[in-house]
Amino acid sequence: MTSIARPTRNLAPGRTRYADRLFRGVSRFGAITVLVILIGLGVMLTLTSLPALREFGIAGFVTGTTWDPVASIYGALPYIVGTLLSSAIALVIATPVAILTAIYLSELAPSRVAIPLTFLIELIAAIPSVVIGLWGVFVLTPFLKVTIEAFMVDTLGSTFPIFEGPPLGIGLFAAGVILAIMILPTIVSVSREVITSVPTAQREAMYALGATRWEVVTKAVLPTARSGIVGAIILGLGRALGETMAVTMVIGNASDIPTSLFDQSQTIASKIATTFNEATSELQVSSLIALGLVLLVITIALNIIARLMVWRVAGPAGGE
Amino acid sequence: MTTATTALPVRRALTRTARDRRRSFVDRFFRVLSLLAALLGVIPLVAILVFVTLNGIKALNLDLITKPPRALGIGGGAAGAILGTIQMVGLATLIAVPIGILAGVYVSEFSGRRSARVIRFAGDVLVGVPSILVGIFVFTFLVLPFKQFNAFAGAVALAVIMVPVIMRTTEEILRIVPGGLREASLSLGVPVWRTVLSVVIPTGLAGILTGVMLAVARAAGETAPLLFTALGSRLINVGDFGRPMDALPLFIYTNARQPYEALNEQAWGAAFLLLVFVLAINVLVRFRTWGRRAG
Repeated sequence: MTSIARPTRNLAPGRTRYADRLFRGVSRFGAITVLVILIGLGVMLTLTSLPALREFGIAGFVTGTTWDPVASIYGALPYIVGTLLSSAIALVIATPVAILTAIYLSELAPSRVAIPLTFLIELIAAIPSVVIGLWGVFVLTPFLKVTIEAFMVDTLGSTFPIFEGPPLGIGLFAAGVILAIMILPTIVSVSREVITSVPTAQREAMYALGATRWEVVTKAVLPTARSGIVGAIILGLGRALGETMAVTMVIGNASDIPTSLFDQSQTIASKIATTFNEATSELQVSSLIALGLVLLVITIALNIIARLMVWRVAGPAGGE
Repeated sequence: MTTATTALPVRRALTRTARDRRRSFVDRFFRVLSLLAALLGVIPLVAILVFVTLNGIKALNLDLITKPPRALGIGGGAAGAILGTIQMVGLATLIAVPIGILAGVYVSEFSGRRSARVIRFAGDVLVGVPSILVGIFVFTFLVLPFKQFNAFAGAVALAVIMVPVIMRTTEEILRIVPGGLREASLSLGVPVWRTVLSVVIPTGLAGILTGVMLAVARAAGETAPLLFTALGSRLINVGDFGRPMDALPLFIYTNARQPYEALNEQAWGAAFLLLVFVLAINVLVRFRTWGRRAG
């Protein structure tokens, strides 16, 4: 960027100078619009959720366990728990696969394999969420129900309460699996970029000492890339927390705090998606928007942390 | 004496100790594991493509693309949804393209380093905001005051999603346009605005178009921002942006939740149409930019 010449002072005659200033002003308008959208989003969500936050208090709203439109009591805890648990399951499944995949694509695979494979994995991110949800409802959940879920209930269910209960297919676990599929490309592509940006000399030094490929990866590459990879995982987490349609379709939408992996549950996003249009009272709409505000605060905080961590390794141009 | 000191390490290197064998086993084990992980990552894609194609082609017929949903009961098609998606994504593109490109031009050509960072960061954060919150945001100022769900709000919500994508690609492409081109033009006495419009932007045009197409593909597949804005509709709505309008993703969502197999089949059909459109754009874009991305 520093190499690009940009005249700081315009020496051109009047009309040109005016045209230049106009053009500059118009393009600045575009840039300011982006800021206005982001700030407006935060302001509008805060303003419209004020009635609910005033009624219950921020702490009361976040820790409340009842969501009862009839009694006009709204608490966010079950949805916050559902959101965190489904995303946690997704991370547990996706992280090891994604990191190994990123290592394979950037360090081990020959480029004629790595290029198409990278393309295919990134293509998952392009599939509309609702299409993945449709597949989740009619293909994935029936499959999980009779395979993995049935197996875990039979083998672990009697010893560990979190594996108890009838495997329904639809539920928290299915939501976690769907989310794992959806965040995999994010984690893979950002990690791959971070790993690629590790200086080659570092690898060559290890090879010169007689290290194997895997030793080079674990001792020369990963330690340098670590904070960037953690950033990639957090970016994936941010995406999982806010993912709406696919989760709404497979999580079961039950408002209790789940006690088992296979319970039906509800995330913040799915709660909003399923009940927003049926909300009758102003307080209920306000409470739903307050739920959204909680989600906004969490995702923006995570995004900022993640970007900073990726920047540390790959520079400001890294990441998507 | 010299022979003894040099010969020793050589001899050691030639004999494979148990430790060496373990090292090479660990190496091979993790290399195979990494390959398996990469293959595992592709399985969901293949499974989704196969099932959507198989179930989708079965559901494809003339009714699906020419008729709206039957007013009562089951039957009809997704014509209203297809037309709705075309209209709302079209309007969203008209709104988002100028804003996104101008913002990208500003960041790359005019802004100081600090403000460029702020705007780029805002764009990144905006991309990370859950799309359902964009829906609520637009709802608060384009639906709530008028007490009427409307397609215009839907288009605005989609535009909000498209703007940061277009801005980011525009900025990235313009940044790699060689500075010499700008300098050559400026040194000929061409004003800055003409330099940007007739030298910088044309040079990066293919890349900018790529960004626009990816943003269109993304907007066409979005459901959540439309739930509380365009709402969806069982009628064909052409041109009336003040009323609710259907869209393909909304149609898929609604029909997937119906207890009738015939309606579920329509959801698969619509999903197939949507997926073909979205993937076609992505594959096209990728093949055009293959050389650049490969490096």
